[in-house]
Amino acid sequence: MGFKSYCFKKSLWVFHFGGASCNNCDIEILDCLTPRHDLERFGILLVGSVRHADVLLVNGIINHHDKERLIEVYNQAPKPILVVAIGACGCTGGLFTESYTFAGPVDKVIPVNAYVPGCPPKPEAIIAGIVKLVNNS
Amino acid sequence: MAASLFYFFIFPGLLFAATIGAFLSWFDRKITARVQFRQGPPLLQPFYDFFKLLLVKETILPKQGSPMIFLLAPIFAVFGATMAGVFILLPLFNITTGFRGDLLVIFYLLTIPSFSYIIGALASGNPLAAIGGSREMKLILGYEMTFILVIAGVIMKCGQNFDLYTIIQTQQDGSPFIGSISGVILFIVGIFCVQAKLGLVPFDMPEAEAEITDGIFIEYSGAAYAMIKLAKYMMFFILPAFIVALLLGGFNLHGINILWALLKVLAVVLLLTLIRNTNPRVKIKQAINFFMIWMNLLAVIAIVLIAFGL
Repeated sequence: MGFKSYCFKKSLWVFHFGGASCNNCDIEILDCLTPRHDLERFGILLVGSVRHADVLLVNGIINHHDKERLIEVYNQAPKPILVVAIGACGCTGGLFTESYTFAGPVDKVIPVNAYVPGCPPKPEAIIAGIVKLVNNS
Repeated sequence: MAASLFYFFIFPGLLFAATIGAFLSWFDRKITARVQFRQGPPLLQPFYDFFKLLLVKETILPKQGSPMIFLLAPIFAVFGATMAGVFILLPLFNITTGFRGDLLVIFYLLTIPSFSYIIGALASGNPLAAIGGSREMKLILGYEMTFILVIAGVIMKCGQNFDLYTIIQTQQDGSPFIGSISGVILFIVGIFCVQAKLGLVPFDMPEAEAEITDGIFIEYSGAAYAMIKLAKYMMFFILPAFIVALLLGGFNLHGINILWALLKVLAVVLLLTLIRNTNPRVKIKQAINFFMIWMNLLAVIAIVLIAFGL
């Protein structure tokens, strides 16, 4: 493992894209950054601007409005960027697969590196997903 | 020539100041984590962040705005921080520059990073960056007057000497300037000025994460953002070191005293971190009122006390 990828693994900055979500996944993602789970001990920070991001967390279904915005956000992010789809809606569309506003799960819109299923996934599941992502990338 | 290059690039310039500053920035994050009952990042975290940004990430240029100035601004920031660092740290490490009046030069050099952040933000063509830039400008207008009053107070205490080396030697022969009423007041005012210069939380409206999402740095990515991080690490060391030099008696580098010198810097950083962790962000108007009225008043009181010899 080279020096570059080691530094990259040790310092993942996360940008959070909320699609048409019911906000349960948003709350679980914020839970990861609270004192109980404390992702900063792995160097993971939540950043406000997509220009600083290394990981794009996407939750909620992607509807026709979100689709253009998600593609735009993905193109604005500096590469290499990892994409994580959080929750049943992000992975497959979940409950809303039949909905007329549904424009496809996240991996139909942008390439996805990891999936964390669950409705909503527990913070432990999100941390486990990120650990697997880090070890395989 | 070789000695000057060594001073500027290795010790006590770029490399040394950046390394110590990175460790201090880890200390700041660790203390923040402990205050919030968290574990906190590992020791080498600032280095991982810096090398990740420098080596791995892509630098994106904004479509609107001026790419040349956008990329030059972080270089100017590192340059200003290095120059100020050399002028502050050489007297602190007992190397005389023979340059009388370096305090005023240091004062101007310390504003270069803030100004280059503004230039970079305005060159990026992003509306949120423009808001951040205008806030940073107002903040500079607020604290610069107070900062020069603090420096003026120290100059008066030292008997009209404009020379940082003489100021440190005077304190080491006598007692540190903080051991008097006026010294304590100057220290309080100076700490708040440093807080605003570093952009830490009560005065971080230029980069307010929640409202304008990193404001002045919103468009920076990759190597350009790494340069900004480098300038920030260096400022995180040289500004506390400047306060130590002005009011706490500088460094004494004989034997066990090195530990004492280190503790002084750590104590100042700890104070900054605790202020940062126990205060909410104020509005720009409140910050300007705070500096223009209250801090200037305190600084003037300190100067009057010094005139009476207290």
